[in-house]
Amino acid sequence: MGAGIKTNHTEGAAQEESGRPPRVHIEVRNLTMAYGDFVVMRDLNFTVRHGDVFIIMGGSGCGKSTLMHHMIALKEPASGEVLYDGISITRAPADEREVMRRRFGVTYQSGALWTSMTLAENVGLPLAEFTDLNPGEIREIASLKLALVGLKGFEDFYPSQISGGMQKRAGLARAIALDPEVLFFDEPSSGLDPITSSLLDDLLLELRDSLGATIVVVSHELASIFRIGNDSILLDAESRTMIARGDPRELLAHSSDPRVIRFLTRGRSAAKSEKSYG
Amino acid sequence: MLAEQAQTTAHLVSFSRSGDGTLLIRIAGAWRLRHGMPTASAVAGEFAPPSPPRRVAFEASGLTRWDSSLVNFVNQVNQLCHERSIEIDLSGLPAGLQRLVKLAEAMPEKKEARAPERRAGWIERIGIATIGLNQSAGEFFGFLGEIAVAFVSMARGKARYRGSDLIEIIQQCGANALGIVTLISYLVGTIVAFMGAVQLQRFGAGIYVADLVAIGIIREMGAMMTGIIMAGRTGAAFAAQLGTMKVTQEIDALTTMGVSPIEFLVLPRVIALVLMMPLLCLYADFVGVLGGASVSVGMLGISFHAYVRQSAHAVTLTDLAGGLLKATVYGGLVAYAGCLRGFQCGGSSASVGIAATEAVVTGIVMIVVACGIFAVVFHVLDL
Repeated sequence: MGAGIKTNHTEGAAQEESGRPPRVHIEVRNLTMAYGDFVVMRDLNFTVRHGDVFIIMGGSGCGKSTLMHHMIALKEPASGEVLYDGISITRAPADEREVMRRRFGVTYQSGALWTSMTLAENVGLPLAEFTDLNPGEIREIASLKLALVGLKGFEDFYPSQISGGMQKRAGLARAIALDPEVLFFDEPSSGLDPITSSLLDDLLLELRDSLGATIVVVSHELASIFRIGNDSILLDAESRTMIARGDPRELLAHSSDPRVIRFLTRGRSAAKSEKSYG
Repeated sequence: MLAEQAQTTAHLVSFSRSGDGTLLIRIAGAWRLRHGMPTASAVAGEFAPPSPPRRVAFEASGLTRWDSSLVNFVNQVNQLCHERSIEIDLSGLPAGLQRLVKLAEAMPEKKEARAPERRAGWIERIGIATIGLNQSAGEFFGFLGEIAVAFVSMARGKARYRGSDLIEIIQQCGANALGIVTLISYLVGTIVAFMGAVQLQRFGAGIYVADLVAIGIIREMGAMMTGIIMAGRTGAAFAAQLGTMKVTQEIDALTTMGVSPIEFLVLPRVIALVLMMPLLCLYADFVGVLGGASVSVGMLGISFHAYVRQSAHAVTLTDLAGGLLKATVYGGLVAYAGCLRGFQCGGSSASVGIAATEAVVTGIVMIVVACGIFAVVFHVLDL
């Protein structure tokens, strides 16, 4: 995992220097998601490049979080597959899938912190499970991760003793505990005030730049989407598939699909929104 | 293990001094969190008198891979330098690493956030326990009072709860409990009969197994066993349901809408269990006596007809009514314990589990205490 960080970092720089486009990190191939006979989304095809902040956009209930769950192999697709650096996690045997999952860091809408553990224990658990570090070193790394998300000094607090925004940041600290290659973030802005939400966006970008991780964000918060995303897909509940792909700002400026414009402008006209978001 | 780790990580860091008092820390190789990490203690040795450095700089040309282990190391060196007012130059490190160290540094520690660690003396602990006991007793009787008020409201036709909820809870704690009640009651009946048969057979009094089982089950065991089953099954479920509703603020939502959560949530649960417990007890009595009969018929050779006649002769209507009264009271106690612990639940998922456990323990303790009180009262009344 640690290797991944440096590899990504140097690789990204080398690619930039040579003018080569960044390598594909995640590929979603012909993915159809369903609950029993009910098809949620079908024929999803897209790729995520190394170091991208990739946004999965869409209205409430269209299947954004379900897609994320398929990408981290928490759910089995009806058909299709998800590949990481060319290796299919969907078709991997269970033990291999476990190993692949350790390359991910996932933060959930509610934070999903383990309430019976302190913040340091929450962050330290993956370190205790998957590294040879002693308890003192685990505590040091946990403190460092909490410091990175602005929670230095809160190591011995329980999740119930901190605010919702702090819980989200603690969830992020836990997600980056093992220096993941891919960070998944489910609705980072939900339930947060605009300032906290903006600080969290800054933090995500900072972690992407310093860790070199690929970041996949599920969101429908436009301010956040335009701020952090450099690639995206838009899911449409009505047609049950993706209807747009690209940089959100580019989509806003150039898309001719009224559904895309409507989503990206909260129903206002494209001209107005271009003014708003510049 | 530490020595082994120090050996495996020793090649990652080396030091050299320059004439201007600069300590150059050379970072090399692959820094992997998974395989241990060097600590900043070695650097602290370099800072010791008589010649502490005036400046610390890094050189990382030999670095091949890095992760949080290196960030942690540099962060610790950074803190040591700040504590000793030594100038530190991070420019020799990879740009991403520099940013992470600055990010960790940028967020000031919330020192007041650290919980004070002070162990209370024994007098203080007794005082805290007494205050806690007083509060628990207050909550216990306060909740009882609130339920009493809700029942008064119901008697006046003003209580607000949904009839469909009541029916559903009646089904959950009545019909759905029949399976486990059947199994436990039958087994208890057979155990009592078997134990009695082994002793009574020696005196040629095998037929009195029917008396033993009938009186034991109908007067005491039927109600108690059903009560304990319901404490473990339904009492825990009530606490978990209400506890989860507390965590997800559903109870707050009822209160803010002007709906009394006691009337809406507690009343139907108490009514359902008080109504169902005597019926379940009656059923448990029947199955328990059947269990006793199966042992007597199979082991003692007593005919089923003779067993039933002997049982009917042994038990009075007062025994049956006493058992059903106990079951009704136990039902109220189990529902009360479940709802009380659910309402006392904290704000985390762990506290829901604690509430469920406490509901079972409280329910069983209350049943046993009530059983003792019943025994004394029935003796005094010569019942």
